[in-house]
Amino acid sequence: MASKEENHWAKTKSLTITVLVIWAIISFVIHWFGESLNSDSFPGAYFMAGMGSQVAFAALVFWFASRQTSIDKEFGLEDE
Amino acid sequence: MLKLEGGFIANLGRVYGLYTLGFLAFVILMAILEASGVSNKVIGWLFVAFTVAIYALIGILSRTMESSQYYVAGREVPAVYNGMATAADWMSGASFIAMAGGIYLNGYPYMAFLVGWTGGYVLVASLIAPYLRKFGCYTVPDFIGTRYGGNIARLCAVIILVVASFTYVTAQINGTGTVAARALQIPFEVGVWIGLAGILFCSMLGGMRAVTWTQVAQYIVLIIAYLIPVFWMSNKLGYGLIPHFAQFDAVSRVQELESLLGVKELLPTAEAQAEAGKLAALKVGINDASASAMASWKFFTLVLCMMAGTASLPHVLMRYFTTSSVSAARQSVGWSLLFICLLYLTAPALATFTKLSLLDPNVATSIIGKSISEVTSLDWIKQWSNVGFLKVVDGNGDGILQINEFFMRGDIVVLATPEMAGLPYVISGLVAAGGLAAAMSTADGLLLAIANALSHDLYYKIIDPKADTKTRLIVARVLLVLIGAAGAFVASLKLTSILGAVAWAFCFANSGLFFPLILGVWWKRANRAGAVAGMIGGFGAGAWYLYMVQFAGMAPWLGIDGLRFGMIGMPVSLILMIVVSLMTEEPDAETQKMVDEIRIPKGKTILGAEH
Repeated sequence: MASKEENHWAKTKSLTITVLVIWAIISFVIHWFGESLNSDSFPGAYFMAGMGSQVAFAALVFWFASRQTSIDKEFGLEDE
Repeated sequence: MLKLEGGFIANLGRVYGLYTLGFLAFVILMAILEASGVSNKVIGWLFVAFTVAIYALIGILSRTMESSQYYVAGREVPAVYNGMATAADWMSGASFIAMAGGIYLNGYPYMAFLVGWTGGYVLVASLIAPYLRKFGCYTVPDFIGTRYGGNIARLCAVIILVVASFTYVTAQINGTGTVAARALQIPFEVGVWIGLAGILFCSMLGGMRAVTWTQVAQYIVLIIAYLIPVFWMSNKLGYGLIPHFAQFDAVSRVQELESLLGVKELLPTAEAQAEAGKLAALKVGINDASASAMASWKFFTLVLCMMAGTASLPHVLMRYFTTSSVSAARQSVGWSLLFICLLYLTAPALATFTKLSLLDPNVATSIIGKSISEVTSLDWIKQWSNVGFLKVVDGNGDGILQINEFFMRGDIVVLATPEMAGLPYVISGLVAAGGLAAAMSTADGLLLAIANALSHDLYYKIIDPKADTKTRLIVARVLLVLIGAAGAFVASLKLTSILGAVAWAFCFANSGLFFPLILGVWWKRANRAGAVAGMIGGFGAGAWYLYMVQFAGMAPWLGIDGLRFGMIGMPVSLILMIVVSLMTEEPDAETQKMVDEIRIPKGKTILGAEH
């Protein structure tokens, strides 16, 4: 049977992978198709680069921090 | 502050709240002085003198002779304040002075910097910062040296750190010189040395502790200085109260004007461009997003290089060594990003509103389409032409200013906006103080990163492990002064523009340090030989490629130019590190156990509080 440290690390790893997948979509996938975000009524590419991605990154980091803290607590490995 | 230590941390909100009110009161006082006839020159001097004096005062009050205070601010900086300090540490002269101008002149492709310089913090939070905090190192080479063991690994990390940070700090001292020279109306070379004196006052006596608390103060000044003119312009132009939401309507209007004024068709004539030299005319659309695979690729590579650089630049990572816990380090990354976004969300709005105020014939401040004689008699045009920041060249000789006849340096979008939009001079003084704060705070962090690596890792860990704390801290300070002087000397030679040097620093850092740092935490099998090969190979390949493309005239491969040379360095580093690690023995049991411990927030740091 795996120790609680190993389980903790497995969960940490899968959270990190989730974060990185979301990060890659916001960072790269969306902007690769920058042109198709634009429409006559709204400058979508400008919006995503100038605002959308940045706000999403900030939200992602705060979400990650709180998820990771609850994983730490779940296994009694939190630091505070 | 020294005596009130416990009290100071508990009262941070009150201290910085009062400071902010005091600063606003100072701005109002300056406005009153301006209205009562005090000259612009005096107001410029007062702005610079007042803010620099406050930073220096904080620096002196935070002096210390304890190594944990000097290197990591006693590890008691609350997450939110560390976020503010990181934001100031991070946002350099390039972000403050050059970013909006870059967006103005280069349009959408340039916005890759916005995405890269924010998204990199996701990597910092999820892959590196909390683990380095658990490790308990003083410097980034401290981690490399202990995780992989041996002086060679430590030395490689020190060398890469010094090259990357020194490239960067030169650009910052250049920035302080530019702003000081403008605001104080003194020669650039003198401005550089005055800027350096201010920087050293903040960091020399108190190390990381002093830099932390001055950076918080500098963040407050720089963000106020950046936001006020943009809010003012958005409202003045009638687009709405909040520029961030109002900018999208303005983008549509700019696009109408682009076809009306022929922004993409009317290009400068060869003679006009020759006369304008390095200054640029507006040649691209505001929102021409990546339409070809090559354009998408260039956007992608720039974003990736800037992100990986963010996650490997030591002056950023070391800020998270100062938090009180591992979870606070993670939180603090979020706060950093939030405070950074406050400025980065505003930069495109500033670029767009500036474009409107220059291009839109319905706006009183517009210049395109007016007669050349009328434009060249404007005060701000005269002033900024005199210092070589802009030039009006009547290419077709019709006496009317067309879009391809107005040449400028990107920097004036931020620096001259207040004058351009007809705001009072006190706003110009405020912007100068903000630009100075941005450049000084980053220079502080960088100089400290270099001096700490040399004093802690090179001197103490490699050359003289028996040195006592007092000697170590004196060595650290002497190095700080020497490196600062070297930086100011190189800056006074004016070798590169601000942004070129900044992008290079990111690529140096990610070529050499990104994978050794990440794999040190995430791959137990990574060993000393692999890390050394990864650092030397990645950094060497990147530096070689930069030299070939930038100086030896080689054609860039696949559009990978001097701004993106990390695209060469990083893969070389990754492959070498994996191959060499697998070919050599796996790390000993003790090292593997250390990696296990880094991964768990609970428990003591790997390295002691004082080491």
